Amino acid sequence: MTEAVHTGMAANILNYVFPNDLHVHWSLMIVLYPYITGIIAGAFIVSSLYHVFKVQDLKPVSRYSLLFALAFLACATWPLLNHLGHPERNWEMLITPNPTSAMAGFGYIYSLYAILLIFEVLFIYRPTMVALKAQSTGKLKTLYNILTFGSEDLSPRSIALDKKIIAFLAAVGIPMACILHGYVGFIFGAVKARPLWSSPLMPVIFLLSASVSGIAGVIFSYVLIQKYKGRPVDSKCVITLSKFLWGAFIICFTFEMLEIFQHSYLKTHHWDMIHGLLWGPLKTSFWRMQVGICSLIPLFLLGILIIFKVREKAFVFFATIASGLLLLQVLLMRWNVVIGGQLMSRSSRGFTTFHPAFFEKEGILPAILIMAAPLVILWLLGKIMPMWEDNQPSTEPTTRT
Amino acid sequence: MKDVKAAINKDRREFVKKVLRGSIAGSLFLVLPMGGEGSIQIPEQIPGIRGKEYDMSKQRFAFIVDITRCIGCGSCCVADKREYDVPDGHYRTWVERYIKDFDDNVYVDCPNGGLDGYQKPRTDIPGKIRDTFFVPKLCNMCERPSCVQVCPVGATFKTPDGFVLIDKDYCVGCAYCIQACPYSARFLNPKTKTADKCTWCYHRVRKGLLPVCVHVCPAKARKFGDLNDPESEVSKILASPEVITVLKPDMGNHPALYYKGLRREVV
Repeated sequence: MTEAVHTGMAANILNYVFPNDLHVHWSLMIVLYPYITGIIAGAFIVSSLYHVFKVQDLKPVSRYSLLFALAFLACATWPLLNHLGHPERNWEMLITPNPTSAMAGFGYIYSLYAILLIFEVLFIYRPTMVALKAQSTGKLKTLYNILTFGSEDLSPRSIALDKKIIAFLAAVGIPMACILHGYVGFIFGAVKARPLWSSPLMPVIFLLSASVSGIAGVIFSYVLIQKYKGRPVDSKCVITLSKFLWGAFIICFTFEMLEIFQHSYLKTHHWDMIHGLLWGPLKTSFWRMQVGICSLIPLFLLGILIIFKVREKAFVFFATIASGLLLLQVLLMRWNVVIGGQLMSRSSRGFTTFHPAFFEKEGILPAILIMAAPLVILWLLGKIMPMWEDNQPSTEPTTRT
Repeated sequence: MKDVKAAINKDRREFVKKVLRGSIAGSLFLVLPMGGEGSIQIPEQIPGIRGKEYDMSKQRFAFIVDITRCIGCGSCCVADKREYDVPDGHYRTWVERYIKDFDDNVYVDCPNGGLDGYQKPRTDIPGKIRDTFFVPKLCNMCERPSCVQVCPVGATFKTPDGFVLIDKDYCVGCAYCIQACPYSARFLNPKTKTADKCTWCYHRVRKGLLPVCVHVCPAKARKFGDLNDPESEVSKILASPEVITVLKPDMGNHPALYYKGLRREVV
């Protein structure tokens, strides 16, 4: 089609794309960027449900979800740096930000959030790491010494102070997580030239889908890791997480559909293009995959699991499938929004095409590597910080200073 | 015989000496200033700029495209591509062809950005053609530019005399401005890996010359001038009762690029 538009052949009678709109500038990397930040925000919310809202059922994943968030946080900027034409100039965004730019704030919000998350992890793990420090030698001991700020104080007073700090960080972290991802949605929502993006609902949808992807990511990976390690899955924890997941997804899906319905009902001049997009180039990736397979199936699956009495084993099995589908749903949603928005030419008369190549700079292989990196980092983190409550070393106070 | 040989050798020596002297003297032309800048041969095209210090705050430039005059020859596109060495497949300016039939179907095309000119009529239109016209497009130099608003580092900026420009040594190449521009005037230059677009030939304007596309247009469809000068052609056109409009006024960008005789089919 691209060729046809360029050479003015018959194919473009009803399909005129502005010459500069033929190329899709925000590629797979910008699909991954909100996906990864969403997982960070969502996983953090899971840990906060335990640390702030005291949802005791979530204790088994309270630490794991934080490390899960931290692992993805470590890679959140990778797709962005790979996308930039001049990644070596990325510091300009921090040093000389343009205050009117919706993008300029990301560095600050991301950095603040990173500091908060790292400190929360360090404080939560302090008693554990003090115990590990006593057991380890050499470089590992030095590492634990740094990570525990050189403090070995595990007196009740010190632990109580830690708990206060943790509660504070977790509480501050909730609005921060919302800001982080609501803000990512705003980067898109603030582009008035793209009818599919330009909507006040965009930050809300991004935030809700962030919660969905985070919770689903925690359930999915928790169950798989436990199965792989041959350890029992805490069904109560999975059931509670699934309830939160279902709730979050119901609201998320409602807003996603509301947005389309709003466009279709208003029938402004944008609707012709949005209609053409959703029933044209996006028909498969939006209606069939995102809405059909990856939204409706988990929606009903989770509903049945939660409303009806289902055996715990079956619950965990199907909840894991639903979580996997929802992880895919959010990825598809990012694709359909980021790529779909750019497929509509601002000529209001046609659509361009986008097919990522496997080996190109922003292609499928770099995308796979970037998505695999957090899992490697998570594995490495697990080597230093025990993810699960049951294999924590004894944290009984051994020393009093 | 010896004398003859000596004479030839002497001549050779002289010849080599002359060639060397000539080369050195000639190369000085490339190095030494020859006063060319002070006495530009091209006559001033925008009055009131040369011969005094340029005051940015005193100018307010506008660009007018007269749809009723454009013949779709593509000269402007060629001149632009040569002036800036625009990479293939990217366009600082382009010319669209609109064809309308008696059933109000609108057919638009822009093969190769109009660079080759519209030399042949379209043969793929089933209905009877009622009307056809060309629409040149370029940067709108908005009063409220979306690109400047969204640029995270301020590499895209607005000058006091109304130009929206890009500092390619500062641009990070994030393409946010490309997303934000309602007119699709921007692209990512594959050579510099930075955002790029039409500048209304700022480097020429500052020297009292018209943008190159305006200069080469054989039909006088592109007009450029200072709105603060009541005698300029653009001032007179904007003050006249002609039908003048801008593209996508609902975007609220307030372009300084105006269209005379623009049709409602044009987006």
